[in-house]
Amino acid sequence: MAEPAALLHVEGLSKHFGAVTATDNLNLHIAPGELHALIGPNGAGKTTAVAQIAGELRPDSGQIVFAGHTITDWPIQRRVKLGLARSYQITSLFPQFTALDNVALAVQAHQGHSLRAWRNAHRDPRLREPARLWLEKLGLAGRDEIPAAELAHGEQRQLELAMALATNPRLLLLDEPMAGMGSEDSQRLISLLRSLKGDYTILLVEHDMDAVFALADRITVLVYGQAIACDTPQAIRANEQVRTAYLGEQDV
Amino acid sequence: MARKPLIIFLGLAILLLLPIYAAATNDLYLLSLSSRMLIYALAAVSLDLLIGYGGMISLGHAAFFGLGAYVGGILAFHYQEFSLFFGLLPGSNQALIVWPLAVLISALAAAVFGLISLRTSGAYFIMITLALAQMLFFLFTSFSTYGGEDGISLWQRNDFPYLDLDNRYHFYYLCLGLLVGFVGLCQRLVNSRLGMVIRASKQNERRLRALGINPLPYRLVWLTIAGAGAGLAGVLLMNHSHYVSPALLHWTQSGELMVMVILGGLGTLYGPILGAMSLLLLEEWLNQYTEHWQLVLGPLLLLVVLFARRGLYGLLAGRGARDG
Repeated sequence: MAEPAALLHVEGLSKHFGAVTATDNLNLHIAPGELHALIGPNGAGKTTAVAQIAGELRPDSGQIVFAGHTITDWPIQRRVKLGLARSYQITSLFPQFTALDNVALAVQAHQGHSLRAWRNAHRDPRLREPARLWLEKLGLAGRDEIPAAELAHGEQRQLELAMALATNPRLLLLDEPMAGMGSEDSQRLISLLRSLKGDYTILLVEHDMDAVFALADRITVLVYGQAIACDTPQAIRANEQVRTAYLGEQDV
Repeated sequence: MARKPLIIFLGLAILLLLPIYAAATNDLYLLSLSSRMLIYALAAVSLDLLIGYGGMISLGHAAFFGLGAYVGGILAFHYQEFSLFFGLLPGSNQALIVWPLAVLISALAAAVFGLISLRTSGAYFIMITLALAQMLFFLFTSFSTYGGEDGISLWQRNDFPYLDLDNRYHFYYLCLGLLVGFVGLCQRLVNSRLGMVIRASKQNERRLRALGINPLPYRLVWLTIAGAGAGLAGVLLMNHSHYVSPALLHWTQSGELMVMVILGGLGTLYGPILGAMSLLLLEEWLNQYTEHWQLVLGPLLLLVVLFARRGLYGLLAGRGARDG
């Protein structure tokens, strides 16, 4: 079911940790503009799969093709330059930098010129203005000057997403963006992701089933590293195999 | 927050007026000691760039310090002896030739050290920088032409246009000017795009890589700049003491610079100046009572590390201590 138009092709991806198979012959195809959700029980290998696509883990076998390039062996930086961005399941920020500095650095990473050693980066409008816009868009207006470490958990998650977006990605890998968020923050993030839909291609790993079924165009279900189904939300809801393997006890 | 500019203003005022006090009390030793403090402060600030801002815990910073001193020493030696370096180059006593050369060679050495050591991090980085610096130490102890372990004694300080460096007042103010200039440069550096990358790499390297920035080349540039600063301090010290010896390259010298940075305040730029001055003063003062002055220094350093997160400067400046 190879779709030549897809932005991301993952073919036969496998990763073992000793005797444990974390990713088992995984195939994934994500079309431009699609919001594709990756779900599965704890330990199904979702984060491992994302780490391989992002370039933090090297797969044992298989191939990853992104925007027409085979990136399986590329280092992270090169993938990012091609338009891959990710957010982390466990918040990963620059804790001593202010919220604005965090996003400004992401803008800088995209712009380049990081060897410039004289001009004050805190007063560079080419960094500050786009960064401020992203903070505003993510609902962090007025929190510019707060160090990232002192932001509330939900705000840190929003900041994380702002940084990923500020690198101007073609594909966003979001690893449980709602982890640990209160329901109000979650609702806000869902509506934000909905507004991003179409403009960005997104691979969403998420436990919050409300979010997944509200947002996803297609869903891949991962169990023990294996994709047992890949279909539209309606079809996944109706899929017997998925019900028994994963959704069984949950009320969907 | 407004304490910081006040401290800097007061500090600078004291340093500017100190020679007047020395002249009034005819205390020439004070002036000489203060010049030495300014020189060590310069070296300590350059190390703060690495440890405090870049998280690069180098235990080999004396290599660049000592190398700067030796470049000056070797050129002065050949100038005194009317001989040629490797039978090729004449010596020189011109500060405007010698000093830039010392800075350049120290920077080059730092770049080479960086290419080797920056692939590692944490304890390995500490060990490799230590090992590289010790190699230089042993190399210079084996140069019998340049006095081996005894080093080189010099007749006079370098010639500097419009200034007489053998005049203690001229030399003091030149050291002060260079220190102020270097701190100003560092201030720009840590707030620049390059500085942001360096400081980010200290806080969360994984995230930086995920943003698409490989910190390695930036760290190399950073280390080169820090090495250049230490080289300048080295050639100044050689002028100050009319003397160069391998002791300047020894790892205990690196350790002393590190103590200055930690005592004064990591990642503050101004703290290491305070640290260098406090340590040298303390050494001077305690030496009057006992030669085991380090017995007192140990517990003192422990107290600072335990109770003053940003060192002495942090105690003075409060929350705004961190620069940038």
